[in-house]
Amino acid sequence: MAELVAVIASTHHPFYYRASTATGEDRPPFADEWVRKVEAFRETLTKARPDVLVMVGSDHFHQLWLDNMPQFLVGKAPFYDANWYNEEREFGLPRMLFTGQEDLSAYILREGLDAGFDLAFSNELRIDHSITCPIITLRPQNDLPIVPIYTNIFAPPLPRPKRFVQLGRTIRELVESWPADKRVAVIGTGHLSLELGGPRQFGPHGPDPEFDRRAVEWISSGDIEGCLSEVTLDSLHLPGNATHGFMDFMLMMGVAGEGAKADYVDTYDLFHTMEAYFTWYPNGGVA
Amino acid sequence: MSKYLLNKFLFTVDRDPELVERYREDPRGTVEWWEAEQANRLLSCHGGEASTWLRFEDAEREALAAHDYPRLFELGAHPFLTLTLFIAMFERDHEPLGFQTEYARRLAHMTLPYPDIAT
Repeated sequence: MAELVAVIASTHHPFYYRASTATGEDRPPFADEWVRKVEAFRETLTKARPDVLVMVGSDHFHQLWLDNMPQFLVGKAPFYDANWYNEEREFGLPRMLFTGQEDLSAYILREGLDAGFDLAFSNELRIDHSITCPIITLRPQNDLPIVPIYTNIFAPPLPRPKRFVQLGRTIRELVESWPADKRVAVIGTGHLSLELGGPRQFGPHGPDPEFDRRAVEWISSGDIEGCLSEVTLDSLHLPGNATHGFMDFMLMMGVAGEGAKADYVDTYDLFHTMEAYFTWYPNGGVA
Repeated sequence: MSKYLLNKFLFTVDRDPELVERYREDPRGTVEWWEAEQANRLLSCHGGEASTWLRFEDAEREALAAHDYPRLFELGAHPFLTLTLFIAMFERDHEPLGFQTEYARRLAHMTLPYPDIAT
């Protein structure tokens, strides 16, 4: 059976690539510390020596559109092109190409359907910065095959938070029952408090530092029940109008498990939003 | 209410570099052309399978034609789509992050709950 060697939850700040590669006058004052934190975070994945990456993210109205919107979608393709014109334009992100772990995609789809998740699929998926950003931060050599999984945190009606946790639990079960001698890491990205296109956007901090503090506590302590008791689709409007992306963190808490304390926690308070980095080693340490 | 069509305009313009420039330079003309020629296009189908029923309400058409992004917010257009496209058109005219902070300032009168963006 495959082994789940690392569970990683992260924000996906699209400006990291530009900030970390900028030089001279163009390099923002927060870049050096940001790079230091990201490189330390990267080491937590490197140490786990994964063979395959399951990547959980959310399409930002790139390929998935309101005429045909899935709630949860699994990519099943031998390759995935990545990043879009408007991401190159706004964030300076490069075009990328990923290899797909197609047999694991097929396994997750078949077994996921049988486990009660009516997963959509795509055989030709161009992925966006919700998945490319964590590759840039955590595995910049981009040498591992992936299974992309998209969630709808963007276009209401959305699944409720509990459903994200349930999907996370199911992803873990499926990875651990996949009959392959592979070391698998599950990496998911979302947001803490975030406002986009509203009056609280692009402030000196995230729009709701108190929510961020509590969110980091829920995640780092694995307090799924506490989080679920307070977070609803309605409540997520309060910390910022794009905060529903926090549900992808809740999905990753489901992968990590109830009460699972993160083995690595770091945050970085930036303009616009707080960065947050978490790693769990499900089997008690890195073998 | 045709929030879906507002979003469809923002979505299809934002992903096309030529349309981004055309909308920046000639917003009213671009909106009129788009509603006449593009609004009913099914994005995954050839032209012979177009829809027949999509049109803007007057307030929606005017908000787009006036580049009035606070009004688009009030009308329930998806804030991410509006922000992304307007950054593409107008960030270049400001200091770094200047347009984004002005955008927030022009929406400062909006309080929770924000307009419903469900389509």
